[in-house]
Amino acid sequence: MKPSQIALVVALAASLVAPFFAYPVFLMTALCFALFAGAFNLLLGYAGLMSFGHAMFFGMAAYFFGHVVKAWGLPPELGLLAGVLGAAALGLVTGALAIRRQGIYFAMITLAFAQMVYFLCVQMPFTHGEDGLQGIERRALLGGLIPITDDRVLYYVVLAIFLFGYFCIYRFIHSPFGQVLKAIRDNEPRAVSLGYEADRYKLLAFVLSAALSGLAGATKAMVLQFATLTDVSAGQSGEVVLMALVGGLGTITGPIVGAFIIITMQNYLASFGEFVLVIQGAIFVVIVMAFRKGLVGEIADWWKSRGKKAG
Amino acid sequence: MFDFLGISPPALFGQMLLGLINGAFYAMLSLGLAVIFGLLNVINFTHGAQYMMGAFAAWLLLGIFNVPFWAALVLAPIIVGLIGVAIERLMLKRIYHLDHLYGFLLTFGLSLVIEGMFRWQWGSSGAPYPSPIPGGYNLGFMFLPTYRGFVVVAALVICLVTWYAIERTRLGAYLRAATENPTLVRAFGINVPRLITITYGVGVGLAALAGVLAAPIQQVSALMGTNLVLVVFAVVVIGGMGSIMGSIVTGFGLGLIEGMTKVFYPPASNTVIFVVMALVLLVKPAGLFGQTK
Repeated sequence: MKPSQIALVVALAASLVAPFFAYPVFLMTALCFALFAGAFNLLLGYAGLMSFGHAMFFGMAAYFFGHVVKAWGLPPELGLLAGVLGAAALGLVTGALAIRRQGIYFAMITLAFAQMVYFLCVQMPFTHGEDGLQGIERRALLGGLIPITDDRVLYYVVLAIFLFGYFCIYRFIHSPFGQVLKAIRDNEPRAVSLGYEADRYKLLAFVLSAALSGLAGATKAMVLQFATLTDVSAGQSGEVVLMALVGGLGTITGPIVGAFIIITMQNYLASFGEFVLVIQGAIFVVIVMAFRKGLVGEIADWWKSRGKKAG
Repeated sequence: MFDFLGISPPALFGQMLLGLINGAFYAMLSLGLAVIFGLLNVINFTHGAQYMMGAFAAWLLLGIFNVPFWAALVLAPIIVGLIGVAIERLMLKRIYHLDHLYGFLLTFGLSLVIEGMFRWQWGSSGAPYPSPIPGGYNLGFMFLPTYRGFVVVAALVICLVTWYAIERTRLGAYLRAATENPTLVRAFGINVPRLITITYGVGVGLAALAGVLAAPIQQVSALMGTNLVLVVFAVVVIGGMGSIMGSIVTGFGLGLIEGMTKVFYPPASNTVIFVVMALVLLVKPAGLFGQTK
């Protein structure tokens, strides 16, 4: 077995026994954000598009989930589906407009659309404004087969959702579609000259990323039982960028590592109040100045250079 | 008195004035962003935080040293501009060779640090700043507070002076040339790195100046810059960053549109600028005054 396969088996085994050693709600939150960061990173790392407004998909999906389960009284499966489809539809509209510009403008446009969605969420009645949706019931899944009121049971459901989401990301990257996407990222005029319609590939990547962010957001609403304005805020968009950056932009496992680090940090620093912002900002600055590859990227580099020296 | 579509003239012209004032801030901030981006290739996310620092500098100067508004109008931009120079020398300088995204991420991180420190120290609620020219004029169709009128005129003057400095002076010519081809301009013996530092300092000073002007109108608070900078990004996308005059016209124009939306359909006033952005992206993706590269 290759070292990466061993690592995968160890990680899977660890994730199965984790809820017996760590607080399940913490693990589930971290898994949701890991999926969210992975979806964001799919777009940045493999399509070269940095969205600074991904909270709109995450947050709106949380609202959709909450509305379907709480206001309509439907089972959580349909809530998850509504979250994914809603986020994908939002991704289709905003993505079609945003991909008309490139580079830094793309980041500004997505940021602006996310701010627009935020303002809409403040005003629309179904989001309940400043109060948000609270006390979303944890109704049993699959017609009563899986009671998710127990945190440990829900943990395995969330783990399954996370693995499904990450498997999708892995499949996209290692498919012909992913190869074309990388070609467009590296040299768009050349890909176009080979007959690929770059904009359609970019838009599809954007919609997929939005849908997976939506899956993460809806799952988060199922776990924590609320959806609030924080989920759609610019701060949330920045946080997911930070997670991917800490772990390593453009790496597959980086966003997972980054999400666990940032969520752990938030748990420990909760008592610092406003100062958390300063620490998060400082991490941004330090990483951009000194460790641009992120934790996973730097370790991978070190591993490679070590191998070269030995060989 | 005439009524226009059932809206009374004082309400209409009052909102028009408010719109012009907002537009004045959009114009000043998008101008600074465009100048900085032109030379540094960095979208200065810290712009909103630096605007907030300008307002806070004026407030602190008044509260601690009893410095009047008119002196703060000069001192605060210099102080904040110098902090900007330090940021450029210590950090931004080292990342120019990288993708634009890193400049965006770095300045985003810096804005979190600055905003977080101000929130930590002074909380999120605002503090009032007394108007330096109280009173106003009754124009018959509306009441014009003197200070608000002054802000619109001052912003116009600041914008036009900046335009003149860039388009019509020798330093401005160097700046435009360095934007086009920094290596060649260096070959002519012009100190381009220093020019870049000065440009960033002045751009940041411009944001701080806008902050000082905003202090007597808005509450001075740690959050005042964050929301503004997000709208200004939309303004920059709409106008395109190619032209200085374009930024000024777009800024004032969008302020007016926002003001008018408040009169005719208030619920959309928060989002109208983003809707305009979506329409511009559909019709002219490069922006109203932008060049497609």
